[in-house]
Amino acid sequence: MISHLPVLQVIVPLMAAPLCLLLRRAQLVWLFALLASSLAFLISILLLQQVMTSGVISYELGGWEAPWGIEYRIDKLNAFLLLIITAISTVVLIAAQTSIEKEIPKEKHTLFYILYLLSLTGMLGIVSTGDAFNVFVFLEISSLSAYALIALGNDRRALWASYQYLIMGTIGATFILIGIGLMYQMTGTLNMEDLSQRLPQVAQTRTVFTAFVFVIVGVCLKLALFPLHLWLPNAYAYAPSIVTVFFAATATKVAIYLLIRFTFTVFGLSFSFTTLPLQGLFLTLGLAGIFVASSAAIYQKNVKHIFAYSSIAQVGYIIVGISTSTVMGLTATLLHLFNHALMKSAIFLALGAVVYRLGTIQLSSFHGLGRQMPLTMAAVTIGGLSLIGVPLTVGFVSKWYLLIALIEKGWWLVAILILLGSLLAVVYVWRIVEAAYFKEPLAGSMPVKEAPMLFLIPIWTLIIANIYFGLDTRLSVQVAQSAAQGLFGVSP
Amino acid sequence: MIFSLEVMLQLTIAIPLLAILGIIFARKNPNIREGITITASIVLLYIVINLYQSLLSGKTVNVFWWEIMPNLSISFSIEPLGMIFALIASFLWLITTIYAIGYMRSHQEENQTRFYSFFALAICAVMGIAFSDNLFTLFVFYEVLTLSTYPLVTHAGTDKAKQGGRVYLGILLSTSIAFFLLAIASTWFITGTLDFKQGGIFSANIDKTIAGALLVLFIFGIGKAAIMPFHRWLPAAMVAPTPVSALLHAVAVVKAGVFTILKVCVFIFGLDLLAILPTTQFLLYLAGASVLLASLVAMRQDNLKARLAYSTISQLGYITIGALLATSSGVIGSSMHIATHAFGKITLFFCAGAILVAAHKSNISEMRGLGRQMPFTMMAFFIASLCIIGLPPTAGTWSKWFLLMGTLEAEQWTLMMVLILSSLLNIAYLLPIPFLAFFPNISAKNNQGAENATTNIQIKEAPLASLIAIGIAALACLILFIYPNPLYELATAILDTERVTYGK
Repeated sequence: MISHLPVLQVIVPLMAAPLCLLLRRAQLVWLFALLASSLAFLISILLLQQVMTSGVISYELGGWEAPWGIEYRIDKLNAFLLLIITAISTVVLIAAQTSIEKEIPKEKHTLFYILYLLSLTGMLGIVSTGDAFNVFVFLEISSLSAYALIALGNDRRALWASYQYLIMGTIGATFILIGIGLMYQMTGTLNMEDLSQRLPQVAQTRTVFTAFVFVIVGVCLKLALFPLHLWLPNAYAYAPSIVTVFFAATATKVAIYLLIRFTFTVFGLSFSFTTLPLQGLFLTLGLAGIFVASSAAIYQKNVKHIFAYSSIAQVGYIIVGISTSTVMGLTATLLHLFNHALMKSAIFLALGAVVYRLGTIQLSSFHGLGRQMPLTMAAVTIGGLSLIGVPLTVGFVSKWYLLIALIEKGWWLVAILILLGSLLAVVYVWRIVEAAYFKEPLAGSMPVKEAPMLFLIPIWTLIIANIYFGLDTRLSVQVAQSAAQGLFGVSP
Repeated sequence: MIFSLEVMLQLTIAIPLLAILGIIFARKNPNIREGITITASIVLLYIVINLYQSLLSGKTVNVFWWEIMPNLSISFSIEPLGMIFALIASFLWLITTIYAIGYMRSHQEENQTRFYSFFALAICAVMGIAFSDNLFTLFVFYEVLTLSTYPLVTHAGTDKAKQGGRVYLGILLSTSIAFFLLAIASTWFITGTLDFKQGGIFSANIDKTIAGALLVLFIFGIGKAAIMPFHRWLPAAMVAPTPVSALLHAVAVVKAGVFTILKVCVFIFGLDLLAILPTTQFLLYLAGASVLLASLVAMRQDNLKARLAYSTISQLGYITIGALLATSSGVIGSSMHIATHAFGKITLFFCAGAILVAAHKSNISEMRGLGRQMPFTMMAFFIASLCIIGLPPTAGTWSKWFLLMGTLEAEQWTLMMVLILSSLLNIAYLLPIPFLAFFPNISAKNNQGAENATTNIQIKEAPLASLIAIGIAALACLILFIYPNPLYELATAILDTERVTYGK
């Protein structure tokens, strides 16, 4: 059983999805999806333990040997990502039923859980597989279900947002496919390990350069790197709240995983960073993303938009970390994957609670909420502080590592810019704090109650995780560090 | 004492936190709630005094909590400078609580539970700062202090409070994140440690330019020290209720700032290195400019709290100068000034609050003749003014004496002139207030009116609780003049170990 864990990680949610149809009653489907997700979470914990103690796990699908058959390959990086995705998915699902009751018509509830599980399957598949074409297959599974999930939003603009995402996402996926095709043409293999061995021999050909560019642009579209981010704000803002939480915390992370996997493992560090000017490009785009998106966040009126732009800015930090191409910088990036998932899921879930009570998410409707929904607003505030990077929260930990990485590299100016960027976060977070705590409720608005327990429990679980992992960084730092070392081929 | 020293050290941080629980628990009953605050502050003071005695007997106390990141731990220890700060803060917490009970009740402020809770949290942060064993711990509590005082500054909840809060948080968070954090991270990267060490942690062959740049980052980054041009938060914070202004913005927060500067100068750079850095002179002049300009601005303020706020900025400049002078007298003077200015300034703020509560006046121009109505308050105001100026028989004399000695030792004649000039300005903007309060008809154009007004005035002082607090604080200014030895001993003990020589 234990030896089949890598494939079970993907199969459990995949099988659970169609089974939902048999259950019919929404409550049951919810519990069943929760069970499936918890099981996946458990598997990911076991996998991480296994990887940390005994190194890389290679699993041959159907017993076919590696370069010919599909290989599932779990190293520390994959295991770390799997843990993030399944953990967030499980915590988010606790609140799902309560949240969708208000936002999605009853007859579509089962459909929602099916799509959710499929999307989860896709993400887990992308991360676990060691086969480049398989990546594309799972990417499509997760993307197609994502388009449908976003379109479930009860705002009519959700359809448009979903359509935008569909176009951009399809372009991205097609680019990735073209890139993979070109690589296959040059090397005759699809296995990532195999590719990384064979690509250097043909590295100086135009085809490989083209393949590289297609893959990188395609992945950057999916991870919403500035200036390829235009699909993201609306998709996040108009999707059902639970979908926003899930995607904000995981979807871009998976795309970033792909970026790291392709640049560091498949194409190799020397090709990506010395043959091609990826460093300067990522640094520039990352910094531009931080400032443009953070400034845009300041001027939004829809609170979901504020944090959606903030997500784009956070991608900027992550990309800057990659651009250092040092172990320290990559550690910072991986830490921020984990930490950002924690903060954003907490914040968006709290926003989901606000939508549940108010039915709207405009900044003006937050007036006076500090008194009416104290626990929810406290969660938004603490999550916001974590986003700013205040000590004792997870945000500080990743900011610290990024800062050290930049200083180590001698990029003083970048270090200062990064810190200035986090000041912009102070501004947009504080607009919400002031609205919630200093403004009187709008005339004629109904007084609202605190969010229901099924919201508060997952929200505060995540908030406590935000603080806990800001204090006790042994797990996150250790895993991120050894994963980064693994990518650089340094034995820990 | 039944507890070990280690436990007591941790209790100094835990007691304010426990007090918060009690305060929230007893929110329905104000008397019990305030009783809990007072009990907590008495227990805290008792423990700090115990720790003080153990420090005198030469015991060292170290507490290690946990490691947040490799080599970055939250840990605490006791040393003389931190002890000065902790003693003042815990003593004045008690006094301020007494004062606040009178003030908040007679002013009928709302949300008093929130007020006392965050107040206690701020004290917790101050204790953490005072006893921190490394710069990282200090930074963590520094930020906690900023955030915990934000709800206190904006207590009124009005638009004006919100504006003040914005400036307050904006400047303090920005400087600490943009400069202070960068300086800390760089220091950590260069030296591999952030522990406070006698003589500094930089190795002898450190590049002077880099270290000089770091010093600038530190001085600007520690926005709580209110060195110009990052001083705007302090006047902005004056929208807070008076007890907050008194304890936090005259004592705890600003003193946390200059305390951090002293710590960084003495234990991160070390005086010998500090003296030869290329940027020290520039920063000294900047602090000097801050001293003079703030005094000049203070003269033009009619609002009493605003005038006191600018006076605080000016006095903080003294302490920063003392630290940057890199001489033993300078450090002694600075650390003593932390204490003496604390007592003087808190008395002045208490008086300002008392005048507001009893006479409903906040502008200096309206306070003419107030001495007849509030003789006790005005006497205290007079004593405290002397303490700020540095005249006998008050404690301020000693600290200013050592600061002047420091400038002489370092042969900084310009700065000596600045300090003397600023003291004259202090006289000019502080003393007229009590003077005109007692002798309103001097230089008054309409003698007749003033005469009439004074004959009818009854004595109407602030609530008794507030008066007691004012009395104790003013008395402390006098006692520390006659009996400055404990303070002086602590101040000299800061440097009382071998030093490392640099760059030779």
